[in-house]
Amino acid sequence: MEIPYTVEAHPETGLNNGKIGIWLFLTSEVMLFGALFATFIMLRIGSDGNWAAMQAEAELNIPLATVNTAVLIASSLTMVMAWASLMRGQLGRFKLFGWLTVGCGGIFLVIKYFEYTAKFEHHHYPESSTFLAIYFAMTGLHALHVIGGMAWNAYFTGPGSKVFHTNRQWLTDRVEHSGLFWHFVDLVWIFLFPVFYLL
Amino acid sequence: MSEHVDIDKQVRIYFLVFGALMVGTAATVGAYYLDVSVPVALTIGLFIASVKASLVACFFMHLIDEKKIIYWTLALTVAFFIALMALPLLTSVTDQVGEFAEVEAHEAH
Repeated sequence: MEIPYTVEAHPETGLNNGKIGIWLFLTSEVMLFGALFATFIMLRIGSDGNWAAMQAEAELNIPLATVNTAVLIASSLTMVMAWASLMRGQLGRFKLFGWLTVGCGGIFLVIKYFEYTAKFEHHHYPESSTFLAIYFAMTGLHALHVIGGMAWNAYFTGPGSKVFHTNRQWLTDRVEHSGLFWHFVDLVWIFLFPVFYLL
Repeated sequence: MSEHVDIDKQVRIYFLVFGALMVGTAATVGAYYLDVSVPVALTIGLFIASVKASLVACFFMHLIDEKKIIYWTLALTVAFFIALMALPLLTSVTDQVGEFAEVEAHEAH
């Protein structure tokens, strides 16, 4: 049995079902991170002026986090370039930009690893302070999303790209959907960076 | 996104957005070193982050050229998100009002 509307648009929505599906998933993600941001606001308001002291004690590395922000922004560019390459019918360039996106995700995680290990070496753990608890919770959840996005992109850039020769539009649509997730992960970091490191 | 899109024009826009996001990141870090009060720093930082997020959503996520059903879905999400953010802020306001009322009552005695 063939699943309908995987490539062609559904007459009711004007979009294929994958596109509707990924946007509904992203709305649930907005609420997931929204709940954590609301928790962050509550903890900060209720810290009785101790927030700045806890933040200073955590010794977050601003230069490393700035590099990580630039890496994620660059990965968003390579992601849209991968999609644009498929729209142009250029499989080689799609693979190049696809692997660059996965690579940027890898660099982000390596930098995050160094940041986390530096914290642990100074005995800064989630239970050490309210600030570190919410810091590890939110950046840790974000890192899990980066890992998920990397796996998704690696599949379509690697074994999934064989579909290019039989159903190019299907692959182009799926890469657009994985790109939407990847850009959302970038978007979340755009707020996490100033909220934890700078403000 | 529209089927009849001019990909070359799109790619030029992607690079412009990338440049703007990098400038925004530099501005965010630059604002950190300004000698301003915490509320001003918060306003500047969150304003720049919102502009950057809008650029990602509009151009990289193609929201500038999307179907109505996506806009309506996101409008509903934004409404719930605002309600979610308002909860801790309202709690804080009601706490402060409660504390003020306690002080007033104490002074009246």
